[in-house]
Amino acid sequence: MINITEHLPVLIIVISLMSAAIIPIAGRFNRHYSWYITVAVTFVSFLISISLLNRVLNTGKISYWLGGWQPPWGIEYVLDYLNIFILLIVSFIAFIVSLYARHSIEKEIAEHKISTFYSVYMLFIAGLMGMTLTGDLFNLYVFIEISSLAAYTLIAVGRKRNALMASYNYLILGTIAATFILLGIGYLYMVTGTLNMADLRELLPPLYESKVVLTAFAFFTVGLSLKLALFPLHIWLPNAYTHAPSVVSAIMAATSTKVGAYVLLRIMFTVFKVEFDLEVVPVTKILLVLSSVAIIAGSVLAIAQTNIKRMLAYSSVGQIGYIVLGAALINQTAMTGSLIHILNHAIMKGTLFLVIGAVVYKTGIEDISGLRGMGKKMPYSMAAFTIAALSMIGIPLTVGFVSKWYIAMGALNAGMWYFVPIILLSSLLTAVYFWRIIESIYFEDANTEPQNAEYSQIRNPDDAPLGMLIPTLILAGLCLFFGVAAFLPVSIAEKAASMLLGGM
Amino acid sequence: MIELIIGKYTYWISITLMMIGFYAMIAKGNLIKKIIGMNIFQTAVFLFYISTAMVKDGTAPILWQKANLYVNPLPHVLILTAIVVSVSVTAVALALIIRIYKAYGTIEEEQILKMANETPNPKLVVNKGEPFQTPNTAK
Repeated sequence: MINITEHLPVLIIVISLMSAAIIPIAGRFNRHYSWYITVAVTFVSFLISISLLNRVLNTGKISYWLGGWQPPWGIEYVLDYLNIFILLIVSFIAFIVSLYARHSIEKEIAEHKISTFYSVYMLFIAGLMGMTLTGDLFNLYVFIEISSLAAYTLIAVGRKRNALMASYNYLILGTIAATFILLGIGYLYMVTGTLNMADLRELLPPLYESKVVLTAFAFFTVGLSLKLALFPLHIWLPNAYTHAPSVVSAIMAATSTKVGAYVLLRIMFTVFKVEFDLEVVPVTKILLVLSSVAIIAGSVLAIAQTNIKRMLAYSSVGQIGYIVLGAALINQTAMTGSLIHILNHAIMKGTLFLVIGAVVYKTGIEDISGLRGMGKKMPYSMAAFTIAALSMIGIPLTVGFVSKWYIAMGALNAGMWYFVPIILLSSLLTAVYFWRIIESIYFEDANTEPQNAEYSQIRNPDDAPLGMLIPTLILAGLCLFFGVAAFLPVSIAEKAASMLLGGM
Repeated sequence: MIELIIGKYTYWISITLMMIGFYAMIAKGNLIKKIIGMNIFQTAVFLFYISTAMVKDGTAPILWQKANLYVNPLPHVLILTAIVVSVSVTAVALALIIRIYKAYGTIEEEQILKMANETPNPKLVVNKGEPFQTPNTAK
């Protein structure tokens, strides 16, 4: 008999991939089956990632050999404190969003496309989890392409025709990014003859001065920055998030750029050593500058938007800046802050996009004006929105405060105090663009413009259906829970940070 | 100098191809031409991989013929996978272009952007049928 628990690291990906094939078939019998399967599979993968977390906490690093082939010849899946943390975020958000998806998707997507939508959704999740788990560079490339291809498709099913162009532009840029990464992998393979990340870590140090290795690193950094939408390379993101269906905006904002950030950390700090980033190339200096620009520019651009999804997208650009800033400061506190911010931003942006999805479900309006007076009509959704918005600003007792605190302390520890005003300024700008919305939600009368007139007639509270409300409230609750009980994620993030900075 | 050009001619070819493809992806206005550029761009990287596997006078790496000097098979295998990926990307891109043509009636980027900017944000039609209702679609 095979021992199932031993194979969990690969099963979590296999069940998602298999379900992507089964869902369209089941959907032929009954459209609702495809949703049931999606929820069941994402729930099982969430349970698996909890059990893996348990094993990592007890026994340390897990290494799984695919097909029993010994690395570096075979493909290896590695689980350590860093990627179990990311895996938990991805599988949890995937579960919550799939719970939410049912009503929203039925309204936003043509009926005959629903079961294939869930199938592509599962492919997307499988790709992200594969990127997180793998310890092999070429396998990483394949998973990047799986998740990106699924993402292009998910964006393209948006209701307006602009979604198609958004998806096409993302496809062009995403392919450039992936091909750059492929080229980087090729360079590293040329000089070392291996694709295994742990093996590369051992073999690379004597070659750090080699031009080939430097070029490889440059290609990786540029390719991954495109994937995670670091400031000057973010142009695909606002259109993609704006025109995609609400569910897709939520899942992409909460997971896909975060996994991109994780891969950047993995390449910068475990394939290459910290000494390389500090001494050989000035990559941290470049990233520090770019991320500070991203933090400010993202917030400023967000203020200028009238479409609320586009505003949240620009705010994402700024928040990605925080993650990269924390990582590029290279010290324990800032790195911890950066890792917690990956979790926190996933929760906050997830909540915000889910609430907007509920508003679109009820009124069909994506403009900020559509939220006027909603505090009376959709009280629970708007409460969730307010919590997440306060958290984005960084009010104490919410998650946003914790990560900003860690990153600011890290900047002080590194002797770079000038990043603290940048963080403060950006929090202020965030307050500007969220406060005008909160104000119009609670203190303005309902929108009576013709496009919203029908909905304004409704006098009583008329919140989203429970199937959408419960997942939103769970995420909003977590914004508060992890803001108070911050020690839970911090304890894992600290171990991951010291692993990244100190060696395996 | 001669050594740099002649001796490494495979690299020069892939660099040239890569830049041609990259240029087409960025500068061309026609969506299909962009995809052609993307294919050239990717193929350049594939050729680069294959050329690194070359061993002078090497044979095919077949175990039972006891080949002593053989070309490195691994890059070939990797590129087989990468070709599959590239074909899928092309397929998705072409499918998207078909949908774009149906929705806008053109595949020239300039015209599409113009049309996208002209239409202000209309009321989102929540419907369950085909999501695109455009007057401009040439039937």
